[in-house]
Amino acid sequence: MSGPSTYVPKSGFARWMDTRLPIMRLAHDTVITFPTPRNLNIWYTFGGILAFCLGVQIITGIVLAMHYTPHTAMAFDSVEHIMRDVNYGWLIRYVHANGASMFFLAVYIHMFRGLYYGSYKDPREMIWILGVILYVLMMATAFLGYTLPWGQMSFWAATVITNLFSAIPFVGEAIVNLLWGGFSVDNPTLQRFFSLHYLLPFVIAGVVILHIWALHVPGNNNPLGIDVKGPQDTLPFHPYYTVKDLFYLSLFLILFAAFVFYAPNYLGHSINYIEADPLVTPPHIVPEWYFLPFYAILRSIPDKLMGVVALFGSMLTLFFVPWLDTGKVRSARFRPTYRIFFWLFVFDCFVLGYAGSQPVDGVLFNTPISLLLVARIATLYFFLHFWVIMPLVGLFETPKPLPDSIAKPVLQAAE
Amino acid sequence: MAHSHTADTTRRDFLYIATGAATAVGAASVAWPLIDQMNPSANVLALASIEVDISAVQPGQMIRVMWRGRPTFIRRLTPQEITDTNAVPVADLIDPTARNGNLPENAEATAANRLTAPGAHGEGAAPAEWLIVVGVCTHLGCIPTGNQGDYGGWLCACHGSQYDAAGRVRVGPAPENLAVPPFAFLSDTRVRIG
Amino acid sequence: MLKLPMRNALLAFGIAALGALSAPASAAEHGAAVESRDWSFNGPFGTYDRAELQRGYQVYKEVCSACHSLNRIAFRNLSDAGGPGFTELEVRALAASYQIPAEPNERGETTDAEGRPLMREALPSDYFPSRFPNDNAARASNNGALPPDLSLITKARDGGSDYIYALLTGYGHEVPAGVTVNPGQYYNPYFLGGLLAMPQPLFANQVTYADGTEASIEQMAHDVTAFLTWTAEPKMEERKSLGFAVILFLIAFSGLCFLSYRKLWHGEH
Repeated sequence: MSGPSTYVPKSGFARWMDTRLPIMRLAHDTVITFPTPRNLNIWYTFGGILAFCLGVQIITGIVLAMHYTPHTAMAFDSVEHIMRDVNYGWLIRYVHANGASMFFLAVYIHMFRGLYYGSYKDPREMIWILGVILYVLMMATAFLGYTLPWGQMSFWAATVITNLFSAIPFVGEAIVNLLWGGFSVDNPTLQRFFSLHYLLPFVIAGVVILHIWALHVPGNNNPLGIDVKGPQDTLPFHPYYTVKDLFYLSLFLILFAAFVFYAPNYLGHSINYIEADPLVTPPHIVPEWYFLPFYAILRSIPDKLMGVVALFGSMLTLFFVPWLDTGKVRSARFRPTYRIFFWLFVFDCFVLGYAGSQPVDGVLFNTPISLLLVARIATLYFFLHFWVIMPLVGLFETPKPLPDSIAKPVLQAAE
Repeated sequence: MAHSHTADTTRRDFLYIATGAATAVGAASVAWPLIDQMNPSANVLALASIEVDISAVQPGQMIRVMWRGRPTFIRRLTPQEITDTNAVPVADLIDPTARNGNLPENAEATAANRLTAPGAHGEGAAPAEWLIVVGVCTHLGCIPTGNQGDYGGWLCACHGSQYDAAGRVRVGPAPENLAVPPFAFLSDTRVRIG
Repeated sequence: MLKLPMRNALLAFGIAALGALSAPASAAEHGAAVESRDWSFNGPFGTYDRAELQRGYQVYKEVCSACHSLNRIAFRNLSDAGGPGFTELEVRALAASYQIPAEPNERGETTDAEGRPLMREALPSDYFPSRFPNDNAARASNNGALPPDLSLITKARDGGSDYIYALLTGYGHEVPAGVTVNPGQYYNPYFLGGLLAMPQPLFANQVTYADGTEASIEQMAHDVTAFLTWTAEPKMEERKSLGFAVILFLIAFSGLCFLSYRKLWHGEH
């Protein structure tokens, strides 16, 4: 924690507890008095929004598991039972399904914010690494969950994703059979996916605690990227940031509710309302939108093993970001060159996402340019950004002068 | 942050209280669907009533049917059993109320309030010889065994409760008579339970 | 100072992303482009038209059910709130007009003396019976093609209700050069590949509507598509009305939070 604890137990019971299990002291120091830079902007509210999303997914998921049956003969029917017969079942399922998309929307904003303001740099490397672990766990959980309704897209997504492991030389086939519990995606696969889908969110919750713990050692980064110099630079987390986060959470919930109540299937795929059929592969399988950039990377490499290596390599790359960025200044506000490349990278991710959403033989907006070529260039740029541009820019760029303290420009602006 | 104006402070406090209250209202509204989902779902409620053919049941016989996932006894009493159950004074019963879903809650546990006949009542009507009860011991939910015990009715093997031929508890620890579910005779040979 | 470009750029990317997301439902996925229709259930306040659903049910019963099942719908659903609005009495009578396989009788038999399966009248709690005992029997009667169950059909096809309507009314077009229609196949430009195993299902005046509506092909297609939209999304009306209340609350709540936030942060930034 930054600074000594200021908790003062107010009652006899609180004093008794404080010497035995200082849980109130912990809560007080982490969510009430925690000194937070006073200049955090809207992009810093997504941490709280993400915690909220995790809570929503866990609560609605526990409820759905009360009605869901993880068996190939009954899974699809049980989901329709939830949609038709269970009291508010349609609401709970739509919240859970769209909640996954909202969760990823928030996590992507949260990650790009970290990249823009250099929140992964010394001394916050562990926060970033734990964050990447959370992101990978989220992707695994989302994939496992998407399998459960046992629609056509569920089944074929499970088949394709598990087959990624068959690219591993020598042991690939054995690993895939181990994952399946058979020679194809079938009931044993569904049951283990359900078990793991129920388990992983609690693992995520555990890593979230580590993530916040690691955050509370050096304290928050901020849009200026400079260190907190003293109490004049900070405000207590409560009520300043609790109320601010609540306001932006409420705005986020309007978007969430708009999807749940007025476009609940917009982000889904219609063929997942067809029950899984191991004899027929749908003509155009696409992952959920949040996986599209990775899907484009996988498809852009014409070799099975190298495609899978590129896919996992793109995720693993994120772990090395704190050391690939050689710049000493954190915030992109004071890094004119890095800022340009940051936006190019964001654009590259959208290009990959667009390429992934289109059929593999597609073209770019009615032009004769093959989307496959576009995806290949975008994939190359993805790796170039992290492994070449980031280290070089940090070495050659001249940052703008940094302000003396957080309080100074903030208070000047207010006057 | 030092606001000296009282009016401003009051307005601020009101704002904070209103925001807090709205948060509480929102959270409480969200809780309801999460609780209500555990109530019986529409397909379970749709099966809440069943129809039973009773044409094959002779006096002295009993059939068991499943209603709402629980055994329900449909017993046709013999004239002797009807006489015996009518002879028991209500004052001697452990539970003096009829526990009949078709009668007011305070109806007495007379045999007449427990037994039913299909069709019209009164002169010339079929005798009230049908007993329809939920076959679940009112103590802790075991299923009593028929034709056992000292009262011509049921004995619950779990904790020794005994019921007479009209399903009334005669030996504890069960506190209540076997429940008579809401039912209606659709004809002389068909009854709808629930 | 850099807030504005960042925000604008994100907005632009957001719009581009939405465009990319809606793109998969394009012509590459199925046949000819489908025209959007003005359904009563469109839009945030759209509801089902009870009379239309009842007529659509009649079309399903008298036409579609000859081949297509409706497995996920129970007779009781026809009187559910937000549905076709039949009364419970009507549903009871309507269910009783169907014969469904009976449970084993007292002697454990499932067939009568001649070996015919024992049947009973359906109750409101029963589900619509399938025309065929199993998928293979359905294939055998339909040139090897399995008529899909219709309960979820409008949610299970890109283009949804518009696509189903276009398909039902899309017969009778001239077969383009280069397309060979084999026996047992029919041409419909809205179907993926243009050839399907379902012959033209609707013909003018095929049903007689009790409310006197003229039974044109377009009318019947419209009615039955609306009915099948309801079977796929029976809670739509409840969803939209609850959503309206939720979003109103959230807007008011955001307003309160914003005022609190501004008051609290006054002079702090």
